[in-house]
Amino acid sequence: MKIALTSTGKEWSSEIDARFGRTEFIFVYDEEADSVEIIDNSAVKNEAHGAGSATAQKMYEIKPDVLITGNGPGETAAKALQKLEMKIFVDAHNLTIKEAYEKYKKGELKQL
Amino acid sequence: MKIAIASGKGGTGKTLISTNLTKYLSEKRSVILADIDVEEPNTNLFIKGKPINTTKQFRMVPQWYKDKCILCGECQANCKFNAIMQMIDVINVFEELCHGCYACSGLCPTTALPMVEYPTGETVEYQSDSLVLIESRLNIGEEQAVPLINKTHKIVDEKYENREIKIYDSPPGTSCPVIAATEDVDFVILVTEPTAFGLNDLKLAVETMRFLDKEFAVIINRYGMGNDDVEKYCQQENIDLIAKIPFDVEIAKYYSKGELIYNKLDSFKNSLKEIENYLNRIIKN
Repeated sequence: MKIALTSTGKEWSSEIDARFGRTEFIFVYDEEADSVEIIDNSAVKNEAHGAGSATAQKMYEIKPDVLITGNGPGETAAKALQKLEMKIFVDAHNLTIKEAYEKYKKGELKQL
Repeated sequence: MKIAIASGKGGTGKTLISTNLTKYLSEKRSVILADIDVEEPNTNLFIKGKPINTTKQFRMVPQWYKDKCILCGECQANCKFNAIMQMIDVINVFEELCHGCYACSGLCPTTALPMVEYPTGETVEYQSDSLVLIESRLNIGEEQAVPLINKTHKIVDEKYENREIKIYDSPPGTSCPVIAATEDVDFVILVTEPTAFGLNDLKLAVETMRFLDKEFAVIINRYGMGNDDVEKYCQQENIDLIAKIPFDVEIAKYYSKGELIYNKLDSFKNSLKEIENYLNRIIKN
């Protein structure tokens, strides 16, 4: 399984970014390969509008099986993500990447 | 003569001045008032005119034709506004994000994205005695004010060119809608209030008008409250202070009932006279 998490940093100890569209980084953990890939999303800061669809476009490139985030995608992003067969878990903000992943494994995160 | 009534801060009295000034001036001259604060137009609460014309307004957005599309990705790659997106085998257009630049449509190798009309709002023209009021209103949920503001300017330019004085009740702030509202006018009146917020946002508005190379002057509304920092700032910066409208609960009472004040309070009428005299001077020059 490939897990994407919206993240404020590049480490397992970084906090989840509550925002989907304007997340600083996308932390991608590939469970089978046990490998981590960090996608820098900070260019989205320069977008006055359309951050949701810009970040959603990245999801089509990453093609994760699971997305873990905070507030959940906004209206535009939700529309943009609907063609992806991906489970979305929300309310993971105030957790670190590691804590959020562990909660997800235990089935303790809220699914959208 | 085109005169925009603008402000940095919202709620300083743009509509109070636009409506009363145009009604007052229209007793002697041919005047049109255009409400181009399209996100929340409200001049027709005060100037009760008879609707004489309604125009549905549109902007152009691409529409996807599946049968023609080869899913090459050119449209998504060239959209600067993230308004068009390839979702596996579907091209999705986010109309609310589209700025109508035609890049996707023009670059599409199979003409699968022709531009079509997308409703954005409506413009209503009202007649009130000799005064014409034209008011544009964005549809609920529509984010882009600029195309509608530009179209309203166009109606005024084409249909009401002969009006001696054209007053534009503009949006507040310093962003795109304000630029669209003021860039073609001859003169800008910045309305402010004598408070710290009023001063801060006036400075931003002054900076914007100087950047646009506009002639402008200031009206202080609710004069008597707050402090004299706005006056000091105008002196320092050599900005003309056209009028100081007193802070008066009577004005607020009439305004809250949707009534015009120009013929009701002498102190207010004096302020309008000062504005008229000032405008006469700049029209002569």
